[in-house]
Amino acid sequence: MKKIATGNKAVAEAVKQVKPVVIAAYPITPQTEIVEQIAEFVSTGELNSRYIPVESEHSAMAACIGASITGVRTFTATSSHGLLYMHEMTNWAAGARLPIVMANVNRSIGPGWNIWAEHTDAMQERDTGWLQVYVSTVQEAYDTTLMAFRIAEHKDVLLPVMVNLDGFSLSHIMQPLDTVEPGDFIPPIYLPHAIDPKNPAGYGGLTGPDQHFKFRWDIEHSMRDSVKVIEETEKEFAKRFGRKYGFTDDYLCTDANVIIVAMGTFGKEAEVAVDLLRTEGIKAGSMRLRWLRPFPKLDLKGRDVVVIDRDYSFGNGGILAKSIEAQTKEEVFSVIAGIGGQEVTYEDMADFIRKRRIGEELWFGVNNHV
Amino acid sequence: MIDSRSLFALTYLFHLTQELDTIAEIPKEEYVLKCTSACAGCSDSLTLRYVLKAAGPDTVLVVPACCTSVIQGIYPNTAFNVPVYNIAFGAAAACASGMSNAFRATGKKTNVVVYAGDGGTLDIGIQAMSGAFERGTDFLYICYDNEAYGNTGMQRSGATPLGAKTTTTPAGKTDLKKDIDAIVAAHEPPFQATACAAYPQDLFKKVQKALTFRGPSFIHVLAPCPPGWRFSTEKSVEMGKLAVKSGMWILYEREYGQLSINPQSKAAMKKPIPLEEYLAPQGRFKGIDPKTVEILRQRIAKNIQKLMAEEMAP
Repeated sequence: MKKIATGNKAVAEAVKQVKPVVIAAYPITPQTEIVEQIAEFVSTGELNSRYIPVESEHSAMAACIGASITGVRTFTATSSHGLLYMHEMTNWAAGARLPIVMANVNRSIGPGWNIWAEHTDAMQERDTGWLQVYVSTVQEAYDTTLMAFRIAEHKDVLLPVMVNLDGFSLSHIMQPLDTVEPGDFIPPIYLPHAIDPKNPAGYGGLTGPDQHFKFRWDIEHSMRDSVKVIEETEKEFAKRFGRKYGFTDDYLCTDANVIIVAMGTFGKEAEVAVDLLRTEGIKAGSMRLRWLRPFPKLDLKGRDVVVIDRDYSFGNGGILAKSIEAQTKEEVFSVIAGIGGQEVTYEDMADFIRKRRIGEELWFGVNNHV
Repeated sequence: MIDSRSLFALTYLFHLTQELDTIAEIPKEEYVLKCTSACAGCSDSLTLRYVLKAAGPDTVLVVPACCTSVIQGIYPNTAFNVPVYNIAFGAAAACASGMSNAFRATGKKTNVVVYAGDGGTLDIGIQAMSGAFERGTDFLYICYDNEAYGNTGMQRSGATPLGAKTTTTPAGKTDLKKDIDAIVAAHEPPFQATACAAYPQDLFKKVQKALTFRGPSFIHVLAPCPPGWRFSTEKSVEMGKLAVKSGMWILYEREYGQLSINPQSKAAMKKPIPLEEYLAPQGRFKGIDPKTVEILRQRIAKNIQKLMAEEMAP
């Protein structure tokens, strides 16, 4: 069904269709619209879920954990400080192998208070064992939220999935949305280790070094297995509903001699920069990274690479730039831009490409040399 | 005309016969199996033994970081014969909230019982607990209170009484014990109670009763701790009785706001034993300043007065 929706509403729409049994959430700007919309669905009976209006994000994730371990589908949404406040529990969710799906509306971290888009919130969760995907359009937010449930709950994964959408520049903008009937694209959830009083077991008790180490390896093993599950899910989605997704969204990369890599809405904007550069005869391409975890193998060999990081690891560098350099063993031009919601246009991006300095780092608008 | 003294004696006798009845009622099934790693004389495992006998097999325990995280055994073994969900320190009530909602939404009546220490209840877990009570979560929250952080080696908690030595209050605590029962009462749960494993029939009955209510219920259990309180391991039950007889611990229940004080505590409230009889056997109160003892005594008197007035109120 075709409609117009914001990124937030698109997420809520997908959640309504997969019918989680328990949704526990705490409001935070710019995520609020997701939980308000879900609360509305529950209140009107359009969605027959238990909506738990918890008193904090720490409790939101704890409640999702408590619900999920009984074997039911669960969902939450948060942003920024909310995500960081639940950090202890995001680790717990992954360690407990619970297929919780969460939407995170990317927003900067205080102080000072700043409610605009930035990826540092989710980036700080990258080592928790959650799968992480970043979307760039309202349609993609909807499609990816649907797919997230299928991927998280797959027997070879059983890890939580975080769907990231940029605060305001995606959460609050309106675009066309084509909803689908997911049907058996989302099979019923089955959690092999669900609590069963008839077969009592201890969960998460004292665990010695050898076993604990083994459990961490199990998470990594499933993270690696999730690659084929993601591919299979995206393929099946394309087959059923006609929209194609991948680990990266590549735009004019085949013949490009310079590729700009970014995530979220910046990744989409970069396509416009590529179009502009192509009119100037510059063979540019854009590679929008969708999945940060598991981190995909990127084909960037023989090309100049410009990476936009909407995040930073102080004392080290742009997190995406460093990850790409580590994987490709080649230096990139690292652009730190869009922090705290800074506006970055496609013209700015075209400039990053034109005036690239491989091996250097630019804080756009701060130590601006382009 | 029956005088008040005889009435009291009769009530007490009636209560005793009831107690004898409940001993027979307490199921023989054990849910705390042998070989826990609890310390000798541990009130935590003794309390849990009666809690689970009352709750029965269709029960899930939600346990935040506390002594119970340790005494249940080491993976892949567990000494408890009901499912136990271990969760981070401040998250028990929130986790139980999700679990209870999931069970009820799928038509299951499984009891969800939080079994948390005083640190996980009065301190780090208080926000999650307050939230779960306010939302009317259908669960039972049991706080077993050994008045300090036990499994990390007895650091002070909000539940540590004034004057008690812990590893972080080596000269004795200078602050009063937090009144968690008043805080819980402010949430107006359908049922709340205090208990102590030194009175197992009472504990058993209160757990059974708590689980008949829809919505949140709370039982605060005093758990005398031999290594923490520094008394000899065979005296755990005796210490619990001395706590009640001295008025340091008052046994009662509050059902829909209506307070009923246990006969044992009523007797103690009328004529408490000297407080020193409770303090002297405990190393944690060794060398306590007489002024501090006096403050403790005044607090007891104030608490007794408050509860009596509440019970008498129409």
